[in-house]
Amino acid sequence: MSEQSDRGPLPIPLPPVGEGEVVSPAGDAKKIRIATCSLAGCFGCHMSLLDIDERLFGLIKLVEFDRTPLTDIKHCGPCDVGIVEGGVCNAENVHVLKEFRNTCKVLVAIGACAINGGVPAMRNNIDLWECFQEVYQYEGGLDGGQVPNDPELPLPFDKVHPIYEVVRVDYFLPGCPPSGDAIWKFLTDLLNGREPKLDYEMLHFD
Amino acid sequence: MSKTITIDGLTVPFREGQTIMDAALSAGVYIPHLCHNPEFKPHGSCKLCTVNVNGRNVASCTLPAVEGQQVLSDIAELNAERLALTQMLFVEGNHLCPACEKSGNCQLQAVAYYLGMMSPHYNHFYPQREADASHPDVMLDRNRCIYCELCVRASREVDGKNVFGLSGRGIKTILAVNSASGLLGDTDLAVTDKAVQVCPTGAILVKRRGFTVPIGQRVFDHLTIKDLQTGGGHE
Amino acid sequence: MQQFEFSDISRMLTPIFARHDVDASRLLQVLLEVQDACHFIPSEAIDQIAAHFDVPRVNVEGVAGFYSFLSTRPVGEYRILFSDNITDQMLGKDELMLYLCNKLWVEPGKVSEDGLVSVASTSCTGLCDQGPAALVNGWPLTNLDRNRLDLIAELIRSRKPVADWPPMLFEVADNIRRSDVLLGQPFEPGAAMRATLARGAKETLAEVDKSNLRGRGGAGFKTASKWSFCHAAIVEEEGSMICDVGGHPERYIVCNADEGEPGTFKDRVLLNSYADLVFEGMTVGARVVGASKGFLYLRGEYRYLLKQLESVLQKRREAGLLGDAILGRADFSFDIEIHLGAGAYICGEESALIESLEGRRGRPRNRPPFPVTHGYKGRPTVVDNVETFACVAKIAERGGAWFAAMGTAQSTGTKLLSISGDCATPGIYEYPFGVTVRQILADCGAREPYAVQVSGPSGTLISWKEFDRRIAFEDLPTAGAFMVFQRKRDMFQTARNFVHFFAHESCGFCTPCRVGTELQKKIMDKIASGHGTASDLEEMKSLGHILKTMSHCGLGSSAANPVLDTLEKFPDVYVRKLKALAFEPAFDLDGALETARKMTGRDDDWAHL
Repeated sequence: MSEQSDRGPLPIPLPPVGEGEVVSPAGDAKKIRIATCSLAGCFGCHMSLLDIDERLFGLIKLVEFDRTPLTDIKHCGPCDVGIVEGGVCNAENVHVLKEFRNTCKVLVAIGACAINGGVPAMRNNIDLWECFQEVYQYEGGLDGGQVPNDPELPLPFDKVHPIYEVVRVDYFLPGCPPSGDAIWKFLTDLLNGREPKLDYEMLHFD
Repeated sequence: MSKTITIDGLTVPFREGQTIMDAALSAGVYIPHLCHNPEFKPHGSCKLCTVNVNGRNVASCTLPAVEGQQVLSDIAELNAERLALTQMLFVEGNHLCPACEKSGNCQLQAVAYYLGMMSPHYNHFYPQREADASHPDVMLDRNRCIYCELCVRASREVDGKNVFGLSGRGIKTILAVNSASGLLGDTDLAVTDKAVQVCPTGAILVKRRGFTVPIGQRVFDHLTIKDLQTGGGHE
Repeated sequence: MQQFEFSDISRMLTPIFARHDVDASRLLQVLLEVQDACHFIPSEAIDQIAAHFDVPRVNVEGVAGFYSFLSTRPVGEYRILFSDNITDQMLGKDELMLYLCNKLWVEPGKVSEDGLVSVASTSCTGLCDQGPAALVNGWPLTNLDRNRLDLIAELIRSRKPVADWPPMLFEVADNIRRSDVLLGQPFEPGAAMRATLARGAKETLAEVDKSNLRGRGGAGFKTASKWSFCHAAIVEEEGSMICDVGGHPERYIVCNADEGEPGTFKDRVLLNSYADLVFEGMTVGARVVGASKGFLYLRGEYRYLLKQLESVLQKRREAGLLGDAILGRADFSFDIEIHLGAGAYICGEESALIESLEGRRGRPRNRPPFPVTHGYKGRPTVVDNVETFACVAKIAERGGAWFAAMGTAQSTGTKLLSISGDCATPGIYEYPFGVTVRQILADCGAREPYAVQVSGPSGTLISWKEFDRRIAFEDLPTAGAFMVFQRKRDMFQTARNFVHFFAHESCGFCTPCRVGTELQKKIMDKIASGHGTASDLEEMKSLGHILKTMSHCGLGSSAANPVLDTLEKFPDVYVRKLKALAFEPAFDLDGALETARKMTGRDDDWAHL
């Protein structure tokens, strides 16, 4: 999965096994801690994660979830793996992304948006200033034609960027979204200490 | 006795006048390429087909085969560089596959799959490029153009029309069309033109065809570009 | 945008068309004249030019879009282009350009609101020995300083035609500092031709062979071999090919005066003061390979030399040294046409030059076939450097052995160096090959020399540790540029300047060069802005490898040289600029919020990164 061969396998204490299986940690071995988030994305990758279906039960024996949309934990603790969906379109995305990078040993970009901006990056052809004017100041805008300026609102960037342009990323899992099978293959490779590798039909940009 | 070259140790025959690429394709040996199409005169711009001949890197689509050439193609170093070139093509344009009708039938994407491209690696240029929907039957989206000039060649050589050409220079190169307005709709392009059929990416698309074949059932969803272009892969 | 009526355009084009053949190879020349007349190429003119030459409109647009001196949008009536070579920058170009812009109320790269003036940068104009330099509507401005710019601003504001500006602004000195056999010995026009005709074509080729003359454009291909290949191509096809008038298949002699390598200006001097020598060398070449037509491809930056070069050609015709029956020989006709470039470094590459001669975008061709067999209009064509032809004339006159006795065994004769940068006496130096860098530095009064860029950005950067190296094909081959840098210079900025140059000049044909040069530029800018990391340096090395091994032509394959050389020889200049050894974002995070901050009026903590 990584494009640099000099990076060693994931330092996760699991013995390698055959593809597609997950070996239960012996006895009370520590579970792998995973965090996930969606930045400028549609949560489709998260939905696809759920598409691994009944294999989730096997997975849950091996991993525990930290911050994810599933747990409602607000901030990451130290994690083994961080999985980030979506690109970076505003200041808040950067804060979340940096938190993931700082707390996760291995950072994975999942889905087209995290990898090249994806559909949100289609706005990169539109000047932000003109976009704001169109939305808030010209026809049908807010009262007084004002651009919302509440500090609670994340401030948008001029352009949407993939996450690897903001932090270092260890692995990429493309697809819009990647299929449940691709995610399963990727995770089982990773959890078993193998360099993740997708079969031809699992590698998709759409 | 026919003349031969070797490609990655395999003996490959060739006829006088054939390029290394011609010889390879005839023998079912795949060398990744995008700007080359056997129906047209070799162009040599994408450089994906670069091979090592007797120690020197050359574009296999333009170099004539010569008796005894020892060609290296499917080797790690060249494949890594082909991957890098493919990534360059992705970041210089706006290739957003999920929003592209050509996805699954796109050769740029297929080459990326073949080379195992997991990310575009380089920082994106996100250039401002024009899309042109002025033609009743054909859509031109310059965001996806890779300057292979197949449409230029097809329009000139097959259609006899010169609808397309390149203007600008360097990274500011643009695909121009043959009308004062700069609009495709004001050219004599017809939907049946060869120029419309040859685009390896989604830069030139026939309108109202986008999803007649659903995503997941398209050519490269199951078949590698290697298998497609060398006739292999069918059970 | 200025609006032109169809009839206005017609009226403007009629005399221009009248000056040129209806041959599409004149397309670029016509576009240059239209640019002059309108300060851009109007869309209506493109239509009419396409109709006139019977070529597709999109092809005309493609040519207009390719060359820097042509523009499909209006530029100022006074168009000032500052030379952007590193030597100009070292002499204060950036500051001076801003100074002029402020005086004229115009932003760099933009046109003033009244359309009167535009100020921008252009690639090296070949005036590095008398910079900072600029071009105003094609005329060279030298030794620019605030006083001169005050005057220039005044002249522009008072709308004085450039032709009426004080001549001292346009003075271009030869600055010949050291002469040898090419520059120092008198040459009688016709002497080489008489010797050639007396000796015979074959025998003259033998003399050129004996001289061991190698091409002065930098690549160092043996001239006699090139000519032999061209000759062989003709012999091979004679009889089988359709013959042009005269009973021989047409073949061409082309003089490459597209001296675009930043820091090189020796051809400027040869053409200014030794044009007879150059034209005579071309005529010798024509006799040897049997050509009846020659071209001088003159870079657009040297357009100011056009008139005097035309008059040299005319004098030579009158003296029977050009035209029909040269020196009374009924079997020898040869004439030379001058073809202007329009701001494209790539046209110094011989096959791109030929494309440009044919009136097209300057895109290097696929080789083989090479120009010696399939060149201009598909015919055998010899393309040689200006200095090479000057050497040929001398060799024809004085013999190969005389020439071979100078220089070194592998690099015979002398070499013209264009010296600029941190030295007391920049200018032209002619040395026998084999001279050490140290000797040259002493002769030109280099101040605390620290590094020298030999043969321009595409050449080699050498550090002070290598000053005993020699100018020779076997050690430091060069097209002639020799830029001196003293210790206080930031070699990173030098490399960055060159990287910008290559990105600007890439023709865009092949992927590695089109995208790779731009990626190099972005990374160098990132490092310059203080956001570079060690991984950026690794990326540059990897890009360098791709450029070197995958590019279509020499531009791409040498475009990484400045970076790779500085990384190897002056790594500290990078390391000092790196922000962190780990990772830095690809773009300025806080800067990318600026639009939104302005739009919302926010300046709270969350509005910053």
